[in-house]
Amino acid sequence: MTGIGDRAPDFSLPATDGQGHSLEGPAVVIFTCNHCPYALAWHDRLADAARDYPAVHFYAINPNNAETHPRDSFDAMRERVEREGHWPMPYLRDESQEVARAFGAKTTPDVFVIDADGALRYRGAPDPDHQDASLNASWLREALDQMLAGEDVARPETDPVGCSVKWK
Amino acid sequence: MTVELLWWEGCPSHPDALANLERILREEGVEADVTRVEIENDEQARRERFPGSPTIRIDGEDIVPPGDDEPHSLTCRVYRLRDGRISPTPDPEDVRDAVRRAA
Repeated sequence: MTGIGDRAPDFSLPATDGQGHSLEGPAVVIFTCNHCPYALAWHDRLADAARDYPAVHFYAINPNNAETHPRDSFDAMRERVEREGHWPMPYLRDESQEVARAFGAKTTPDVFVIDADGALRYRGAPDPDHQDASLNASWLREALDQMLAGEDVARPETDPVGCSVKWK
Repeated sequence: MTVELLWWEGCPSHPDALANLERILREEGVEADVTRVEIENDEQARRERFPGSPTIRIDGEDIVPPGDDEPHSLTCRVYRLRDGRISPTPDPEDVRDAVRRAA
């Protein structure tokens, strides 16, 4: 499990775009999925943040067990991205769940901010309320703004909120 | 009136669903205890025809009937609020309408 200040685990995972993607900082790693209402409710806010911070690499990673949750299969992920058509970040499949375990992901969504040196600077929820779109991923944006300004992140951890990661 | 809340611990939404349900029952003047049914495994999910957590049934009827192709498994339900937003819990007005229909 990765703590604040620790080096984030490297990864190389396949994505729905047919490419492999490896961690490159500064970055935002979002463990997410297709079936969870919390992940779905926060998705647009996270996508907006990805568009608003073009210098930061955003990665959406689905680690859920597709045998028990077929809506999270790689095929279902591809279909979703094709249907929605405007994802500003790659949607990666963590079939072995090793990346999610290395990060210590608990829920979907669970958000990790990593600086250019690969150190974890924020972990938690995007903002305080999945139901209030006006919050606009404020905790994530606050952490990014402070990190990119070379400052300490004032609120480095919040409790992730969402559906539990569906482990094998 | 029988009121059931079926839930699974993998979704954190059931306390909010229960609080909303009990509030609406009070507001509508309905004296009914909410039976809480924890769904713990896939076999039980299939047996209970559980489309995900939380599920509220009044007199055996799901207040937001799922589609016929909805699988019965340990999962989280995705609801739509009346303004179109995605939500882990049903729209309170859908709950209220179901209570009124059954009262």
